[in-house]
Amino acid sequence: MTRYLRYLVPLAIFALLVALLFRGLSLDPKIVPSPLVGKPIPTFTLTRLDNPAVTISDADFKGKVSLLNVWATWCVSCRREHETLVQLAKTGQVEIYGLNYKDNREDANRWLAQLGNPYVANAFDSDGRVGIDWGVYGAPETFIIDREGIIRHKHIGPLTIEILNEEILPLVAKLKS
Amino acid sequence: MNPMKPLIPILLLSLVIAAAPLPAAVTLESFTFPTKAEEQHFKDLLGQLRCLVCQNETLAESDADLAHDLRAEVYEIMKSGKNDQEVIDFLVKRYGDFVLYKPPVKPSTYLIWYGPFVLLAIAALLLVRAVGRQRQVQEPEISAEERKRLDRLLGDDAGKGKQG
Repeated sequence: MTRYLRYLVPLAIFALLVALLFRGLSLDPKIVPSPLVGKPIPTFTLTRLDNPAVTISDADFKGKVSLLNVWATWCVSCRREHETLVQLAKTGQVEIYGLNYKDNREDANRWLAQLGNPYVANAFDSDGRVGIDWGVYGAPETFIIDREGIIRHKHIGPLTIEILNEEILPLVAKLKS
Repeated sequence: MNPMKPLIPILLLSLVIAAAPLPAAVTLESFTFPTKAEEQHFKDLLGQLRCLVCQNETLAESDADLAHDLRAEVYEIMKSGKNDQEVIDFLVKRYGDFVLYKPPVKPSTYLIWYGPFVLLAIAALLLVRAVGRQRQVQEPEISAEERKRLDRLLGDDAGKGKQG
Protein backbone atom coordinates (compact mmCIF):
# COMPACT_ATOMS: atom_id res chain seq x y z
CA MET A 1 0.00 0.00 0.00
CA THR A 2 2.72 2.46 1.01
CA ARG A 3 4.36 1.75 -2.35
CA TYR A 4 1.36 3.30 -4.12
CA LEU A 5 0.93 6.11 -1.62
CA ARG A 6 3.61 8.29 -3.22
CA TYR A 7 1.59 8.19 -6.45
CA LEU A 8 -1.86 8.33 -4.89
CA VAL A 9 -1.28 11.39 -2.70
CA PRO A 10 -0.21 13.72 -5.54
CA LEU A 11 -2.99 12.30 -7.67
CA ALA A 12 -5.53 13.03 -4.92
CA ILE A 13 -4.22 16.59 -4.52
CA PHE A 14 -4.41 17.07 -8.27
CA ALA A 15 -7.98 15.73 -8.36
CA LEU A 16 -8.95 18.10 -5.53
CA LEU A 17 -7.48 21.06 -7.39
CA VAL A 18 -9.27 20.07 -10.59
CA ALA A 19 -12.56 19.82 -8.68
CA LEU A 20 -12.04 23.23 -7.04
CA LEU A 21 -11.04 24.97 -10.25
CA PHE A 22 -13.85 23.31 -12.17
CA ARG A 23 -16.33 24.58 -9.61
CA GLY A 24 -14.78 28.02 -10.00
CA LEU A 25 -15.58 28.00 -13.71
CA SER A 26 -19.31 27.93 -13.02
CA LEU A 27 -19.25 30.61 -10.31
CA ASP A 28 -20.04 34.18 -11.29
CA PRO A 29 -17.81 36.61 -9.38
CA LYS A 30 -20.31 39.36 -10.22
CA ILE A 31 -22.80 37.78 -7.84
CA VAL A 32 -21.85 38.95 -4.36
CA PRO A 33 -23.92 37.56 -1.49
CA SER A 34 -25.83 40.29 0.31
CA PRO A 35 -25.36 40.76 4.06
CA LEU A 36 -28.95 42.06 4.15
CA VAL A 37 -30.46 38.60 3.68
CA GLY A 38 -32.05 37.63 7.00
CA LYS A 39 -32.20 41.27 8.15
CA PRO A 40 -35.12 43.69 8.22
CA ILE A 41 -35.49 45.88 5.15
CA PRO A 42 -33.72 49.24 5.45
CA THR A 43 -35.91 52.11 6.54
CA PHE A 44 -36.68 54.58 3.78
CA THR A 45 -39.27 57.05 2.58
CA LEU A 46 -39.45 57.98 -1.09
CA THR A 47 -42.02 59.48 -3.40
CA ARG A 48 -44.05 57.23 -5.63
CA LEU A 49 -42.90 57.13 -9.22
CA ASP A 50 -46.38 57.83 -10.56
CA ASN A 51 -47.17 60.55 -8.05
CA PRO A 52 -44.53 62.78 -6.40
CA ALA A 53 -47.10 63.90 -3.83
CA VAL A 54 -47.50 60.41 -2.35
CA THR A 55 -44.76 58.63 -0.43
CA ILE A 56 -43.90 54.97 -0.08
CA SER A 57 -41.85 53.59 2.81
CA ASP A 58 -40.56 50.42 4.43
CA ALA A 59 -43.83 50.26 6.42
CA ASP A 60 -45.67 49.37 3.20
CA PHE A 61 -43.89 46.00 3.13
CA LYS A 62 -45.19 44.73 6.47
CA GLY A 63 -47.83 42.02 6.67
CA LYS A 64 -47.38 40.38 3.29
CA VAL A 65 -44.90 38.46 1.20
CA SER A 66 -43.62 40.70 -1.57
CA LEU A 67 -40.87 41.25 -4.11
CA LEU A 68 -38.86 44.41 -4.50
CA ASN A 69 -37.42 44.75 -7.98
CA VAL A 70 -34.68 47.30 -8.59
CA TRP A 71 -34.82 48.65 -12.13
CA ALA A 72 -34.11 51.61 -14.36
CA THR A 73 -34.77 52.62 -17.95
CA TRP A 74 -31.01 52.86 -18.63
CA CYS A 75 -30.61 49.24 -17.59
CA VAL A 76 -30.57 46.95 -20.61
CA SER A 77 -31.08 43.72 -18.66
CA CYS A 78 -34.13 45.27 -16.97
CA ARG A 79 -35.84 45.52 -20.33
CA ARG A 80 -35.09 41.85 -20.96
CA GLU A 81 -36.51 41.01 -17.55
CA HIS A 82 -39.62 43.18 -17.79
CA GLU A 83 -41.79 40.73 -19.73
CA THR A 84 -41.15 38.08 -17.05
CA LEU A 85 -42.32 40.50 -14.35
CA VAL A 86 -45.46 41.37 -16.33
CA GLN A 87 -46.26 37.68 -16.63
CA LEU A 88 -45.61 37.09 -12.94
CA ALA A 89 -47.89 39.99 -11.99
CA LYS A 90 -50.66 38.47 -14.10
CA THR A 91 -50.56 35.25 -12.09
CA GLY A 92 -51.17 37.26 -8.92
CA GLN A 93 -48.90 34.99 -6.89
CA VAL A 94 -46.94 37.76 -5.23
CA GLU A 95 -47.05 41.54 -5.01
CA ILE A 96 -44.20 43.18 -6.90
CA TYR A 97 -42.89 46.52 -5.73
CA GLY A 98 -40.36 48.46 -7.72
CA LEU A 99 -37.40 50.61 -6.79
CA ASN A 100 -36.78 52.87 -9.74
CA TYR A 101 -33.06 53.41 -9.31
CA LYS A 102 -31.20 56.53 -10.47
CA ASP A 103 -33.65 57.17 -13.23
CA ASN A 104 -35.65 59.94 -14.80
CA ARG A 105 -39.28 60.07 -13.64
CA GLU A 106 -40.70 60.85 -17.08
CA ASP A 107 -38.71 58.12 -18.83
CA ALA A 108 -39.66 55.56 -16.20
CA ASN A 109 -43.37 56.34 -16.40
CA ARG A 110 -43.26 56.18 -20.19
CA TRP A 111 -41.51 52.79 -19.98
CA LEU A 112 -44.30 51.42 -17.77
CA ALA A 113 -46.99 52.85 -20.05
CA GLN A 114 -45.37 51.24 -23.07
CA LEU A 115 -44.22 47.89 -21.73
CA GLY A 116 -46.89 47.28 -19.10
CA ASN A 117 -46.80 47.89 -15.37
CA PRO A 118 -46.30 44.80 -13.20
CA TYR A 119 -45.72 46.85 -10.03
CA VAL A 120 -48.09 47.47 -7.15
CA ALA A 121 -46.13 50.67 -6.58
CA ASN A 122 -42.76 52.10 -7.45
CA ALA A 123 -40.45 54.04 -5.17
CA PHE A 124 -38.56 56.74 -7.03
CA ASP A 125 -34.90 56.78 -5.93
CA SER A 126 -33.44 59.43 -8.19
CA ASP A 127 -30.06 59.87 -6.47
CA GLY A 128 -29.61 56.20 -5.54
CA ARG A 129 -29.22 56.87 -1.81
CA VAL A 130 -31.89 54.33 -0.86
CA GLY A 131 -30.31 51.95 -3.35
CA ILE A 132 -27.06 52.16 -1.37
CA ASP A 133 -28.93 51.27 1.83
CA TRP A 134 -30.29 48.21 0.07
CA GLY A 135 -26.80 47.28 -1.11
CA VAL A 136 -27.74 47.73 -4.76
CA TYR A 137 -24.73 47.59 -7.07
CA GLY A 138 -26.23 46.69 -10.40
CA ALA A 139 -29.79 46.63 -11.65
CA PRO A 140 -31.75 44.48 -11.99
CA GLU A 141 -31.86 43.04 -8.51
CA THR A 142 -34.82 41.40 -6.83
CA PHE A 143 -35.43 40.96 -3.10
CA ILE A 144 -37.94 38.58 -1.53
CA ILE A 145 -39.45 40.06 1.63
CA ASP A 146 -41.50 38.11 4.17
CA ARG A 147 -44.48 39.21 6.28
CA GLU A 148 -42.30 40.58 9.06
CA GLY A 149 -40.43 42.74 6.59
CA ILE A 150 -37.33 40.54 6.67
CA ILE A 151 -35.32 40.10 3.46
CA ARG A 152 -35.29 36.38 2.72
CA HIS A 153 -33.50 36.26 -0.60
CA LYS A 154 -31.76 38.44 -3.11
CA HIS A 155 -31.50 37.61 -6.78
CA ILE A 156 -28.91 39.52 -8.78
CA GLY A 157 -29.44 39.81 -12.52
CA PRO A 158 -32.51 39.58 -14.73
CA LEU A 159 -35.32 37.22 -13.76
CA THR A 160 -36.40 34.54 -16.20
CA ILE A 161 -39.32 32.12 -16.11
CA GLU A 162 -36.88 29.35 -15.07
CA ILE A 163 -35.48 31.42 -12.22
CA LEU A 164 -39.01 32.27 -11.08
CA ASN A 165 -40.04 28.62 -11.07
CA GLU A 166 -36.89 27.26 -9.49
CA GLU A 167 -35.74 29.99 -7.14
CA ILE A 168 -38.33 32.69 -6.49
CA LEU A 169 -41.78 31.13 -6.44
CA PRO A 170 -40.94 28.08 -4.27
CA LEU A 171 -39.60 30.43 -1.59
CA VAL A 172 -42.59 32.78 -1.94
CA ALA A 173 -44.94 29.81 -1.48
CA LYS A 174 -42.98 28.66 1.57
CA LEU A 175 -43.06 32.11 3.14
CA LYS A 176 -46.79 32.41 2.49
CA SER A 177 -47.66 29.09 4.12
CA MET B 1 18.38 40.24 -38.48
CA ASN B 2 17.02 39.72 -35.01
CA PRO B 3 13.26 39.16 -35.38
CA MET B 4 12.73 40.96 -32.05
CA LYS B 5 14.21 44.21 -33.34
CA PRO B 6 11.06 45.78 -34.87
CA LEU B 7 9.25 45.05 -31.59
CA ILE B 8 11.55 47.14 -29.44
CA PRO B 9 9.97 50.55 -30.19
CA ILE B 10 6.53 49.05 -29.48
CA LEU B 11 7.72 47.63 -26.19
CA LEU B 12 9.24 50.96 -25.19
CA LEU B 13 6.03 52.79 -26.11
CA SER B 14 3.93 50.39 -24.06
CA LEU B 15 6.21 51.03 -21.10
CA VAL B 16 5.62 54.77 -21.45
CA ILE B 17 1.85 54.23 -21.60
CA ALA B 18 1.92 51.92 -18.60
CA ALA B 19 3.89 54.48 -16.61
CA ALA B 20 1.35 57.25 -17.34
CA PRO B 21 -0.48 58.44 -14.22
CA LEU B 22 -3.76 56.70 -13.38
CA PRO B 23 -6.92 58.70 -14.02
CA ALA B 24 -7.92 58.08 -10.38
CA ALA B 25 -6.57 61.46 -9.34
CA VAL B 26 -9.08 63.18 -11.62
CA THR B 27 -12.15 61.52 -10.16
CA LEU B 28 -11.18 62.43 -6.60
CA GLU B 29 -10.66 66.12 -7.30
CA SER B 30 -14.23 67.12 -6.68
CA PHE B 31 -13.84 66.63 -2.91
CA THR B 32 -12.25 69.39 -0.90
CA PHE B 33 -10.40 68.96 2.38
CA PRO B 34 -8.98 71.55 4.76
CA THR B 35 -5.58 69.85 4.83
CA LYS B 36 -3.50 67.74 2.46
CA ALA B 37 -3.20 65.09 5.16
CA GLU B 38 -6.97 64.68 5.37
CA GLU B 39 -7.21 64.39 1.61
CA GLN B 40 -4.51 61.71 1.63
CA HIS B 41 -6.32 59.92 4.44
CA PHE B 42 -9.53 59.93 2.37
CA LYS B 43 -7.68 58.50 -0.63
CA ASP B 44 -5.96 55.86 1.50
CA LEU B 45 -9.25 54.71 2.97
CA LEU B 46 -10.90 54.48 -0.46
CA GLY B 47 -7.86 52.57 -1.68
CA GLN B 48 -8.60 49.81 0.83
CA LEU B 49 -12.16 49.34 -0.40
CA ARG B 50 -13.27 47.38 -3.42
CA CYS B 51 -15.75 48.64 -5.97
CA LEU B 52 -18.51 46.08 -6.57
CA VAL B 53 -19.00 47.01 -10.19
CA CYS B 54 -15.40 46.89 -11.43
CA GLN B 55 -14.25 44.26 -9.02
CA ASN B 56 -10.55 44.64 -9.59
CA GLU B 57 -10.62 48.35 -8.87
CA THR B 58 -10.66 50.14 -5.56
CA LEU B 59 -13.26 52.74 -4.71
CA ALA B 60 -10.52 55.32 -5.23
CA GLU B 61 -9.80 54.23 -8.80
CA SER B 62 -13.12 53.08 -10.18
CA ASP B 63 -15.05 55.24 -12.60
CA ALA B 64 -18.24 53.20 -12.17
CA ASP B 65 -21.36 55.18 -11.36
CA LEU B 66 -21.73 53.40 -8.03
CA ALA B 67 -18.14 54.20 -7.12
CA HIS B 68 -18.85 57.91 -7.64
CA ASP B 69 -21.88 57.65 -5.37
CA LEU B 70 -20.02 55.70 -2.71
CA ARG B 71 -17.10 58.13 -2.74
CA ALA B 72 -19.59 60.93 -2.12
CA GLU B 73 -21.18 58.87 0.64
CA VAL B 74 -17.82 58.14 2.29
CA TYR B 75 -16.94 61.84 2.01
CA GLU B 76 -20.18 62.80 3.77
CA ILE B 77 -19.63 60.25 6.52
CA MET B 78 -16.08 61.47 7.12
CA LYS B 79 -17.20 65.09 7.09
CA SER B 80 -19.70 64.30 9.84
CA GLY B 81 -16.72 63.43 12.05
CA LYS B 82 -16.93 59.65 11.95
CA ASN B 83 -13.82 57.49 11.95
CA ASP B 84 -12.55 54.96 9.41
CA GLN B 85 -14.12 52.00 11.18
CA GLU B 86 -17.53 53.63 10.98
CA VAL B 87 -17.08 54.21 7.24
CA ILE B 88 -16.05 50.57 6.77
CA ASP B 89 -18.98 49.36 8.90
CA PHE B 90 -21.36 51.42 6.78
CA LEU B 91 -20.17 49.73 3.59
CA VAL B 92 -19.84 46.22 5.02
CA LYS B 93 -23.38 46.39 6.42
CA ARG B 94 -24.71 47.05 2.93
CA TYR B 95 -22.34 45.25 0.60
CA GLY B 96 -20.71 42.61 2.79
CA ASP B 97 -17.09 41.71 3.51
CA PHE B 98 -16.52 41.68 -0.23
CA VAL B 99 -15.80 45.43 -0.17
CA LEU B 100 -12.76 44.79 2.01
CA TYR B 101 -9.52 43.95 0.26
CA LYS B 102 -8.30 42.65 3.59
CA PRO B 103 -10.88 40.14 4.79
CA PRO B 104 -11.68 39.99 8.52
CA VAL B 105 -10.49 36.98 10.53
CA LYS B 106 -13.55 34.82 11.23
CA PRO B 107 -14.49 31.14 10.84
CA SER B 108 -15.40 31.50 7.16
CA THR B 109 -12.03 33.09 6.37
CA TYR B 110 -9.82 30.87 8.56
CA LEU B 111 -8.80 28.92 5.46
CA ILE B 112 -7.54 32.07 3.75
CA TRP B 113 -5.71 33.37 6.79
CA TYR B 114 -4.28 30.16 8.24
CA GLY B 115 -4.28 27.82 5.21
CA PRO B 116 -0.80 28.89 4.02
CA PHE B 117 0.66 28.29 7.49
CA VAL B 118 -0.94 24.85 7.63
CA LEU B 119 0.58 24.03 4.23
CA LEU B 120 3.93 25.35 5.41
CA ALA B 121 3.75 23.17 8.54
CA ILE B 122 2.91 20.10 6.44
CA ALA B 123 5.81 20.87 4.09
CA ALA B 124 8.18 21.33 7.04
CA LEU B 125 7.02 18.04 8.55
CA LEU B 126 7.59 16.19 5.28
CA LEU B 127 11.01 17.78 4.92
CA VAL B 128 12.06 16.78 8.44
CA ARG B 129 10.88 13.23 7.82
CA ALA B 130 12.65 12.99 4.47
CA VAL B 131 15.92 14.27 5.93
CA GLY B 132 15.61 11.93 8.92
CA ARG B 133 15.06 8.95 6.70
CA GLN B 134 18.13 9.77 4.62
CA ARG B 135 20.30 9.93 7.74
CA GLN B 136 19.09 6.51 8.82
CA VAL B 137 20.31 4.89 5.62
CA GLN B 138 23.20 2.67 6.74
CA GLU B 139 25.95 1.05 4.80
CA PRO B 140 24.52 -2.13 3.36
CA GLU B 141 25.81 -5.33 4.86
CA ILE B 142 28.06 -7.29 2.57
CA SER B 143 29.73 -10.61 2.94
CA ALA B 144 33.49 -11.07 3.37
CA GLU B 145 33.81 -12.25 -0.22
CA GLU B 146 31.98 -9.22 -1.54
CA ARG B 147 34.15 -6.98 0.62
CA LYS B 148 37.26 -8.51 -0.88
CA ARG B 149 35.97 -7.98 -4.41
CA LEU B 150 35.05 -4.43 -3.60
CA ASP B 151 38.51 -3.73 -2.23
CA ARG B 152 40.07 -5.27 -5.29
CA LEU B 153 37.93 -3.20 -7.63
CA LEU B 154 38.61 -0.01 -5.73
CA GLY B 155 42.28 -0.89 -5.43
CA ASP B 156 42.51 -1.56 -9.19
CA ASP B 157 40.86 1.68 -9.89
CA ALA B 158 43.26 3.58 -7.65
CA GLY B 159 46.20 1.80 -9.28
CA LYS B 160 44.99 2.71 -12.78
CA GLY B 161 44.62 6.27 -11.70
CA LYS B 162 48.25 6.39 -10.66
CA GLN B 163 49.45 4.83 -13.89
CA GLY B 164 47.52 7.27 -16.04
